[in-house]
Amino acid sequence: MFDFSPFLDLPLLWGGIIAVGIFLYVLLDGFDLGVGILFPFAPTDSCRTRMMSSIAPFWDGNETWLVLGGGGLFAAFPLAYAILLPAFYIPLILMLLGLIFRGVAFEFRFKSKGYMVKVWDYAFHFGSLTAAFCQGLVLGAFVEGVKVNGRSFGGGSFDWLSSFSVMTGIALIFGYALLGATWTIMKTENQTQNWARKVAFYVSLYVALFMVLVSLWVPFLNETIFWRWFKMPNLLYLSPIPLLTAGAFLSLYISLKLKKEVAPFLLSISLFVLGYIGLAISLWPWIIPYQVSLWDAAADRKSLSLMLVGVSIFLPFVLAYTAYCYYIFRGKSNSEIMY
Amino acid sequence: MDFDPILFSRIQFAFTVSFHIIFPSLTIGLASWLAVVEGLWLKTGNQAYKDIYTLWVKIFAITFGMGVVSGVVMSYQFGTNWSAFSDRTGNVIGPLLAFEVLTAFFLEASFLGIMIFGWERVTAKMHFLSTITVAFGTVVSTFWIMAANSWMQTPSGYEISPEGIFHPLNWIDIIFNPSFPFRLLHMITGAYLATAFFVGGIGAFYLLKKRHLNQARIMFGMAMLMAIFVAPFQIFLGDLHGLNTFHHQPAKVAAIEGLWETEKGASLILFGWPDDTTEETKYALKIPKLTSLILTHNLNGEVKGLKEWQPDARPPVMLPFWSFRVMVGLGCLMALTGLMALWLYLRGRLFTPRWFQIWCVGMTPSGFIAVLSGWFVAEVGRQPYIVYGLMKTLEAVSPVLGQHVFISLLAFILVYSFIFGAGIYYIIKLIQKGPGPSRKEEIYGSHGLPTPPSVIAIERESHV
Repeated sequence: MFDFSPFLDLPLLWGGIIAVGIFLYVLLDGFDLGVGILFPFAPTDSCRTRMMSSIAPFWDGNETWLVLGGGGLFAAFPLAYAILLPAFYIPLILMLLGLIFRGVAFEFRFKSKGYMVKVWDYAFHFGSLTAAFCQGLVLGAFVEGVKVNGRSFGGGSFDWLSSFSVMTGIALIFGYALLGATWTIMKTENQTQNWARKVAFYVSLYVALFMVLVSLWVPFLNETIFWRWFKMPNLLYLSPIPLLTAGAFLSLYISLKLKKEVAPFLLSISLFVLGYIGLAISLWPWIIPYQVSLWDAAADRKSLSLMLVGVSIFLPFVLAYTAYCYYIFRGKSNSEIMY
Repeated sequence: MDFDPILFSRIQFAFTVSFHIIFPSLTIGLASWLAVVEGLWLKTGNQAYKDIYTLWVKIFAITFGMGVVSGVVMSYQFGTNWSAFSDRTGNVIGPLLAFEVLTAFFLEASFLGIMIFGWERVTAKMHFLSTITVAFGTVVSTFWIMAANSWMQTPSGYEISPEGIFHPLNWIDIIFNPSFPFRLLHMITGAYLATAFFVGGIGAFYLLKKRHLNQARIMFGMAMLMAIFVAPFQIFLGDLHGLNTFHHQPAKVAAIEGLWETEKGASLILFGWPDDTTEETKYALKIPKLTSLILTHNLNGEVKGLKEWQPDARPPVMLPFWSFRVMVGLGCLMALTGLMALWLYLRGRLFTPRWFQIWCVGMTPSGFIAVLSGWFVAEVGRQPYIVYGLMKTLEAVSPVLGQHVFISLLAFILVYSFIFGAGIYYIIKLIQKGPGPSRKEEIYGSHGLPTPPSVIAIERESHV
């Protein structure tokens, strides 16, 4: 059977593929979880219907990236999958339960009348909120590192709970809310859009606050991270990242003031890209921070080779028809019930 | 109380996967059927086909949504609850699941959006193509997940490192492992049949109530076509699958047959009460020599009994024994339904007798029960192994606390019951509303007034 390992650094390549996959999930499900987080605060029921209609054709596909992230990690880095998932047992199960509620709320809300609409509104909201918070928790706990014992998780069942992970949980709620608000600006008009613009402004203030907080906190979690960022000449090489982030925030405020429709969403995405790059620089080259590197956790090279063929053939198609679907459902969403 | 993480992880996996499999069974069948219905609509222009499509695509959307959310849970449970299994088999199973996501899940999820919401945004041909794509995606998805499951049942094409990690040797052997073709065909046919009886039961319900007769005849007729031709074919496939199991997993077959002693010319136990403690099947109603005849095609062929294996290497007997009888019993009832339908059709009375409609309404859930029982046989019957003969289920579990698994299990049961209840409620509501053009019942503007008839008339015209 074929094996590309003599020509390619497969674990590195796969680390990149998984990182991009998880990031696409964060962006894509991020805006629709964000819509769920902001949902009950929208001014009217028809605003809510518009918001939900704007994401209804996409949420299935968006959530598939989560399966790709989980399945991809299982396939490419089985050891990391086997250590990390038991470590985050409680927040992951809560996230899954949250996703169940928000997922079915799409189908059920459009088919309900009277008070049941409210029930699914809240299922959608709290499901999204729980999923976002738990993802943030897991991210924070992941950055802090987990205890490893041989080839399995060796820590306690509440190791993931810390002031840092709770902070990142709340931070991600605001981050997703920003994506959701700017998406809503792009996909709606009039009352809903005006409201979303106001929300985006306030939420972005919190996002800025949390990005500063995380940036200051992470270097103190681990000495290697500290020196990676604050040693000369790294400080100079890496300084564009915080500067670009500040620039992106500034442009976001200007675009909101100028009532741009698409720019705020793209600028919010750029904030996520910058934050993610910063995180990747801090955590390199670990797949389980400070314990197991990409190369140690990687699957058999033959498995990685086979999947590389699969990804090279199928991922371009996936991206193409995903883009096609966004194109088909372009333009403003309406409040007509689509189901 | 002692909270055993293995026991609760097993119950949790069994519960969540049993819940999950119902929805894919229906979506595999519905997607292909909807593609046929839409094709017929495009070809004949008969509005009844369009009405059927519009009703069932809504039911499809609900089932698909529930399948997605319960499926995401499955993809994470391998890690949360079975991390030792993931660590040891990831090299082999992982790529199969990754291919499922890449080649099927994205395809289904993306084109489903067009199927449901795309009517006015794409051409009729593109819409039809989307339905076909989703149907194709469901089958591709079945292909990969059956490959993974079959590899766990009849592993091949691997080697095991000194630390006990499985490594791939030959992907063709891994994917096309000995039980894969049988399991795949049996499952797809099972899903098609389950869907046919579900659709047929609802068609029969409309016929019985004398509602939506045009559409009901099409639904009922197409379902009966499946019952006539596919139900006997499924029995044939099941027999082949059974012979394959006899060859590779004789202990599972011994449990199915309730056979304790190795016998030449073994009789078939129709019914009985397998007893683990006394190691015998009590009150057995036997047909002499039949088991040997079915399994070895020889009246005096040898069939191994459960006592060939040490007690800790035997599967539980009760569940495979009874599940198998439920599955086969329902399969026979389905084939019988096909025969009755054929007989009625030849006498030109397929749509008339009330007793047959009532019978078919009763058969509505039969396919799903058969699919579930079949899976119980396959999965319980291969215990105590998670990878047959190589890795025990006991060795596969995660280092998590039993208490936490117990709580998560309770949470899944509560949430799934609620969601399942709601899903069934909305499906029943859709069925009660029925196919056909829906009347505008929404309020006019935002003033809380009913829409004036003149406006409805104008809107109707503008839609034509």
